[in-house]
Amino acid sequence: MEQFDVIVVGAGPAGNAAAYTLAKGGLNVLQLERGESPGTKNVQGAILYADALEKIIPDFRDSAPLERHVAEQRMWLMDENQSCTGVSYRDARFSQEPFNRYTIIRARFDRWFSEQVKAAGALVVCETTVTGLLRNDAGKVIGVRTEREQGDILAGCVILADGANALVGSRAGLRPEIDARNMALAVKEVLFLPKETLEARFNIGGKQGVVIEIAGNITHGMAGTGFLYTNKDSIAIGIGCMLTDLKRQQLTPGQLLEGLKQHPAVAPLIDGAEMKEYSAHLIPEGGYKALPQLVGDGWMIVGDSAGFVNAVHREGSNLAMTSGRFAAECLIDLHQAGKPATAANLSGYKQRLDDSFVMADLKKYQHVPDLLNDQPQFLGLYPRLVGDAARQMLVVDGEPKRAKQQRIMAQFRDKRSLLGLLGDAYRFWRAFR
Amino acid sequence: MHIAVCIKQVPDSAQIRVHPVTNTIMRQGVPAIVNPFDLFALEEALRLKDRLGAQVTVLTMGPPQAEDALRKCLSYGADRAILITDKVFSGADTLATSYVLASALRTLDAQQPLDLIFTGKQTIDGDTAQVGPGIAIRLGYQLLTYVSAIRDLDVDARQIFVERRAEGGVQVLQSTLPAVITMLEGANEMRFADMPGMFRAARQEVERWDREAAGIEDIKQVGLKGSPTAVAQVFGPKPKAVKAVRIEGDTPTALADAFVERLFTDFPQLEDALLEHLDQLADLGAKS
Repeated sequence: MEQFDVIVVGAGPAGNAAAYTLAKGGLNVLQLERGESPGTKNVQGAILYADALEKIIPDFRDSAPLERHVAEQRMWLMDENQSCTGVSYRDARFSQEPFNRYTIIRARFDRWFSEQVKAAGALVVCETTVTGLLRNDAGKVIGVRTEREQGDILAGCVILADGANALVGSRAGLRPEIDARNMALAVKEVLFLPKETLEARFNIGGKQGVVIEIAGNITHGMAGTGFLYTNKDSIAIGIGCMLTDLKRQQLTPGQLLEGLKQHPAVAPLIDGAEMKEYSAHLIPEGGYKALPQLVGDGWMIVGDSAGFVNAVHREGSNLAMTSGRFAAECLIDLHQAGKPATAANLSGYKQRLDDSFVMADLKKYQHVPDLLNDQPQFLGLYPRLVGDAARQMLVVDGEPKRAKQQRIMAQFRDKRSLLGLLGDAYRFWRAFR
Repeated sequence: MHIAVCIKQVPDSAQIRVHPVTNTIMRQGVPAIVNPFDLFALEEALRLKDRLGAQVTVLTMGPPQAEDALRKCLSYGADRAILITDKVFSGADTLATSYVLASALRTLDAQQPLDLIFTGKQTIDGDTAQVGPGIAIRLGYQLLTYVSAIRDLDVDARQIFVERRAEGGVQVLQSTLPAVITMLEGANEMRFADMPGMFRAARQEVERWDREAAGIEDIKQVGLKGSPTAVAQVFGPKPKAVKAVRIEGDTPTALADAFVERLFTDFPQLEDALLEHLDQLADLGAKS
């Protein structure tokens, strides 16, 4: 039977970060991926946050397939079908090297990342599904079982980077099964548009890109957001909502995406574009309170599988890469010290997470999922009121501005009493402080 | 026994689209797979290996990324993989391709004598079914096309019996070795690679042969230069506007009546022609 120092299950950002760092650190690494090639099962908008990757591959900019750097960020509040209130932030410093954020196409990026993993010395085997974990008499995880014949493989430690469904850890009883209430379902299309047309529509040139984050009634009051990112010669557009909300409202994400694409603020931007790709994926958005146990005897959980997603800031792949790197660094330390991968020794991984932005950010927003679940006015009522207010102030019809202001305030009070408004202000502050 | 299997990496035709304006095939983003017909050839070779013992060498002519297709073949159980790749090979049609493959197979045969060469009956991207026969004729090997089963193989007696699907039936053919066999679809079912196979495929080196290593003698016969095929026009078939019609009737006679009536309604010229014909027959009858 084959034996490795470590087996990494999954070839997404977390698995690749872990496998790369481990191989560079001199460990004998096997990475297993169920997809036909790394990236075929992975879906993301996608924005790449340079910082997280830079700490793993400092010179990634020289060879990684990057689409555009983010030169401008727009935040839009949209209603179902008519209006859009927004702010945009363009900063010349965003267009100075080294760039901080890039749009990427994950299929290409993941293939590149996997090539780096192989070049670093890890053995990568695709089209192979891990069906279970092997344990010794003491219960320590000592390897994996795959669906293939003669499929048992031994390892000193197993890193679970198996993504949002977290099937391996759940089946092995290392963690509870994922809870639908913590899952968002996002859909996305990649729309082809000639480079010149795209740059003219978004007022960008060179390698500049625009990111639009969208909230409001476009989600029909459900907890969720939409996005629109510019690639070199395509637009990624998508929308996601909490799974339980979609079920309750009997809406499919595809219907929401159609609504977004037909919205008057979006339709002209994508007019004439040809769809190249359609995909959907689960996102674990339960936040800090939904994190499972992260380490045990002979195992660690990283990335989406652990639920490392900051839904408020739409960050996930950077948390995934960072968690993968931390897990690898912890194992490298143990390897060099000649220590086994016991739960106690692996707690160094947890410690690294606690000391970093990963846990700090997850803790900061730990109340947000509850806020959005229990207080739907933040998603439905307020965006609509803001949109109404903007329209009333902007329509020139001879009515004095003070009167308009008073009417707008009255509408806010009318829809959500003064105490309600104050309470919401407090809840909002508490969730985001 | 030494068996060579010639394969091709092709775009997955199930996922291909034709550009609505230019009528060219849009290959972008279409996954590459091993030509499905070639997998029947590989599996048949591997079954011979399991039964009689053999060295199975799989080879392809293609760009560097065709290495993925060869690795897949290694995972199933091929022993050796050779990627015949050189910039001068690009733009090859079936004539130039079979020239390159035949040259490489001759080189391979010199290293370790070949008994059988397998290919799929055709590729799903070209659909010509010309490369297998092209190899056989250049090497002077026996040619067995559209083979659906191997009945018997006696390596010592240099004899093979195969079933070949022909129009209207099955031919049972006897041939001497060495031979080129092009396998028919459905002849077998490809195995699921075991874990040791996956490890071997991930670790083993895929040999790369350029024109020199492949033993190419005449550079004018390879690549675009060696390809007389010219594409005159590419067009997508227009979907037929006419839809199938279901005709019903309680009895065979009623059904036939309904059919004829429908036929004559849709094609009145048929009725006219028939009536004219009947008139002529009546005239003839009257005259005689």
